[in-house]
Amino acid sequence: MSSKKFMFVNRKAPYGTVYALESLEVVLISAAFDQDVSLAFIDDGVYQITNGQDTTGIGQKNFSKAYKALGDYDISKLYVEKESLAERGLTQDDLMDLVWEDEDDDWAEKSSIILVSREEMAAVMAEQEVTLSF
Amino acid sequence: MASIEVGGQTIELDEEGYLIDLASWTPEIGTALAKEEDVELTDEHWDIINFLREYYEEYQIAPAVRVLTKAVGKRLGKAKGNSKYLYSLFPYGPGKQACKYAGLPKPTGCV
Repeated sequence: MSSKKFMFVNRKAPYGTVYALESLEVVLISAAFDQDVSLAFIDDGVYQITNGQDTTGIGQKNFSKAYKALGDYDISKLYVEKESLAERGLTQDDLMDLVWEDEDDDWAEKSSIILVSREEMAAVMAEQEVTLSF
Repeated sequence: MASIEVGGQTIELDEEGYLIDLASWTPEIGTALAKEEDVELTDEHWDIINFLREYYEEYQIAPAVRVLTKAVGKRLGKAKGNSKYLYSLFPYGPGKQACKYAGLPKPTGCV
């Protein structure tokens, strides 16, 4: 099977709707098929990868730790829109430290988070062969 | 609903034999689940089962086989980090079978 450029676009807050969790599950499945997978976090979607999520008050499973496994699945391109962060008073310091290990560089940990402007995000999206929006 | 008896307690399982209440897992339950499939768990099996439980604790997901293989190679050495070795321990599929004994859900993307 030939590999395609897949992008999963995440626009919604992690809890309250099922979109974020469903997206994450499809992402993990698609990675098992050796596709070139990247993720985009836009609008409230940036909250999906923020630090210190606590779901005890809403009685739901806190699945934010699963994003830290994305590197193990060779998913190392997480595009985060700068404007969306700024509009919510967030910076990269509010995001989880999501990394991948470069096998060809003695397993050096490298950041998976790529901050891009709205304009740059549009360009990255235009390069994709398959775009799935959640 | 399926269930097994372990130490006088009834443990509920889903239709595929996976534990319903993940928090209720004990090593004895792991041994009993393996016995159901005529598997005697060795130290080598337990290395993988314990590894899976730690992985789940850290990431809240059961890893796909490819990820498991790579991670085991890193942790337990290259001789064990290959699918041949893992399949020799868990012939029904290391993800599926080892996760079952470890009391974890079936790995995401595993059919």
